[in-house]
Amino acid sequence: MENISIKKTNQTPDVKLDSKTGTLSFSGRSLPEDSTQFYAPIIQWIDSYLSSPCKVTNIVFELDYFNTASAKAIFSIIVKFDKLYESNYSVKIEWLYDEDDEDMKELGEEYKDLFKTPILLIAKKDE
Amino acid sequence: MESKKTSFQELVYNFHQTVRPLDVKLIYEGEINHDIMKVFTTLTEKGLKAEEFKGQKKVFNVMVECLQNISKHSDCIEGMKQDNIGQGIFLISNNEYELNIVTGNTIKNEKKAFLTDKLNHINTLNTDELRSYYKKTLKDSEISHVGGAGLGFIDIARKTKNKLSFNFHPINENYSFFILSAKISK
Repeated sequence: MENISIKKTNQTPDVKLDSKTGTLSFSGRSLPEDSTQFYAPIIQWIDSYLSSPCKVTNIVFELDYFNTASAKAIFSIIVKFDKLYESNYSVKIEWLYDEDDEDMKELGEEYKDLFKTPILLIAKKDE
Repeated sequence: MESKKTSFQELVYNFHQTVRPLDVKLIYEGEINHDIMKVFTTLTEKGLKAEEFKGQKKVFNVMVECLQNISKHSDCIEGMKQDNIGQGIFLISNNEYELNIVTGNTIKNEKKAFLTDKLNHINTLNTDELRSYYKKTLKDSEISHVGGAGLGFIDIARKTKNKLSFNFHPINENYSFFILSAKISK
């Protein structure tokens, strides 16, 4: 299957999905005009990835900001991998946030509460 | 033609007189779409950066949710020529104590009960309860046909840490004008 690489804009995140290495990364901002439309190919890719997943999947979220419609899309993504995790595959999720960004930290904690897959919260130091 | 021109000039002058003494930083009436949202958020970010206000990201966040509410949920009055979906008013005021984000848009009266219940419920919740409500909604909600997840108001309440103030002005038997203000204390 094809890998996906979407360059970030001021309104949409950088997205890299690699089926060979089993890595997915999302970084930047997410407030697309139509979040369903933006995330549809990503969800589709994930569905086909899940038909023959890697032994270990690594997902990295390094988002500065996302709107509530994107919050729901992120939830839908993690739901899919939570099922994979429950069927005894290794899934690791990292949630990176700026150390002084309480709101982003809280959002990470909320996802952590909602899923069985371990979500590691990592504070990034100010450069 | 001449009389209309004069009345527009008067409108502009009266508007200037009314708005000038207030702390209004931005007021807009018209179609609210994604491009408008980009412009407003960029302008406000720049303004707040210059002011070195720490909560600029919160303001950005609340603005996005408020503007997307209008662009997704405002209704148009049937038969009214200049009324479009996504039409509304957006206002930001800013002084040394607080920042207010106020939106106004037309809604069908049938949405009034839902909005009133939702906003009143949100206003009864404390920080922890809002957090649980957010999580529950994140988990249980379905994306609506306009792309909403039912999280917008909860998110606004959480970010502002203030009660949401709202009002409905009746337009006719089918429509009302819905006004929502979100206050960010400094």
